[in-house]
Amino acid sequence: MTPSSTKHTVKAFDTDMVQLRGLVADIGGRAEKAVIDAMTALERNDQSMASAVIVKDKDIDELEREIDRMVVQIMALRAPMADDLRVLIATLKISSKIERIGDYAKNIAKRVPLIDPDDWMEAADALVPMSQAAIELVDDAMNAYARRDADLAIQVCKRDKMVDDFYSAIFRGLIDHMIAVPGQVNAGVHLMFIAKNLERIGDHATNIAEMVYFSITGDNLIERDRGNDPLDMND
Amino acid sequence: MNTHATDMTATTPMKMATRDVHVFYGKKEAIKGVDIDIDMDNVTAFIGPSGCGKSTFLRTLNRMNDTIPSARVTGTITLDGEDIYDSAMDVVQLRARVGMVFQKPNPFPKSIYDNIAYGPRIHGLATDKAELDRIVEKSLQRAGLWAEVKDRLGDSGTALSGGQQQRLCIARAIAVDPEVILMDEPCSALDPIATAKIEELIHELRGKYAIVIVTHNMQQAARVSQRTAFFHLGDMVEYGETSELFTNPKEEKTRDYITGRYG
Repeated sequence: MTPSSTKHTVKAFDTDMVQLRGLVADIGGRAEKAVIDAMTALERNDQSMASAVIVKDKDIDELEREIDRMVVQIMALRAPMADDLRVLIATLKISSKIERIGDYAKNIAKRVPLIDPDDWMEAADALVPMSQAAIELVDDAMNAYARRDADLAIQVCKRDKMVDDFYSAIFRGLIDHMIAVPGQVNAGVHLMFIAKNLERIGDHATNIAEMVYFSITGDNLIERDRGNDPLDMND
Repeated sequence: MNTHATDMTATTPMKMATRDVHVFYGKKEAIKGVDIDIDMDNVTAFIGPSGCGKSTFLRTLNRMNDTIPSARVTGTITLDGEDIYDSAMDVVQLRARVGMVFQKPNPFPKSIYDNIAYGPRIHGLATDKAELDRIVEKSLQRAGLWAEVKDRLGDSGTALSGGQQQRLCIARAIAVDPEVILMDEPCSALDPIATAKIEELIHELRGKYAIVIVTHNMQQAARVSQRTAFFHLGDMVEYGETSELFTNPKEEKTRDYITGRYG
């Protein structure tokens, strides 16, 4: 069943939901920006930009708490049912995933000053396109939420494999490089953690998309797709 | 009355079954062909906006609509496979087997004891005073009222609080050993505490009797029932597991109603 476009008889309920969706768009936008900025800081070795990402992560954390408070309040006051209930449960979970994405961005930013630009290795070049792929997933997962687009949510889940493939390739490349050039193991390990962080960001985007799909359809995307989708790759 | 062939058999696990039931008030069709199975093990809730026909339909289940001259019922309603609208059916017996609790508590203006004892007396369920005493005590126990009234059984039933009166009415329904209990908005005149006690009672009675409850309070339907039927303009729009219907209704009308988008 498609989501309802008709409004609640109690208009304040609609106002609450619009406000909540606004908060989710806000936190999602900030998390995306944090990942972009962290990667830009890494590329340019821009330490002040990296510091800014770390500082701004507090805003993301605070937004998550605000969303939690608002969901609890709506549940207590409005006793939501059906798709309203599912959206609220999904929102609660989505906001925690976004908060984690913010944490991964912060973790990337923290590593920026620890990597000597002279130690940059070719194997890490793919981190930039990998981060773009991961950010696009987050962006589309958030778009799927904002537009209540179940098809886009499915696409996000399928496209996560691309980020996973980047990770596998970068992982192997970094291992090879570190074996060949042991003096750069320090930088190599940091870069590997960054690749892992990006891989986890892709996973969280997928989790968000799954919750979006659930909130729209009431069905579980994983159960539906697992086993009959050749693109599906589970750890 | 029309009797439609049904696929129900005598060995059905269902307590009550309706097939293609229509109710007319004069020319107005209040119920437009409802098929529903009511089993022994679950509490069934009927929900829907005012005027949707849920109470009308509930009343067909023990022929309460018979008392309304302009009301006409067609289709088949069976109790243990037996057609309750059959001319051989004793309506007084039927209403003992399918008891009813109303929106507003309606104790008789008699003692608490006599409120309970009345049914067993007229149905000849007790042979002596001791047996009647046992029935009264057991019924009040089951209705969760015994502890509160055991020392004042001679007091008038109307002197009790609203919540107690409603439990007295439930005890009165239980006293004639029914198989099905119909409840028509049993808590709408009660405060939240009294309501919670009735809901707890419904949980305790589940399995002992087939219970059907009409309620305007969707949270209540969600809390007390395992199956829910949504009525709208005389149609039964959706009938299913309560947990499913309230989290993922299949019909748009159901969704709009339970999420507060109706009208």
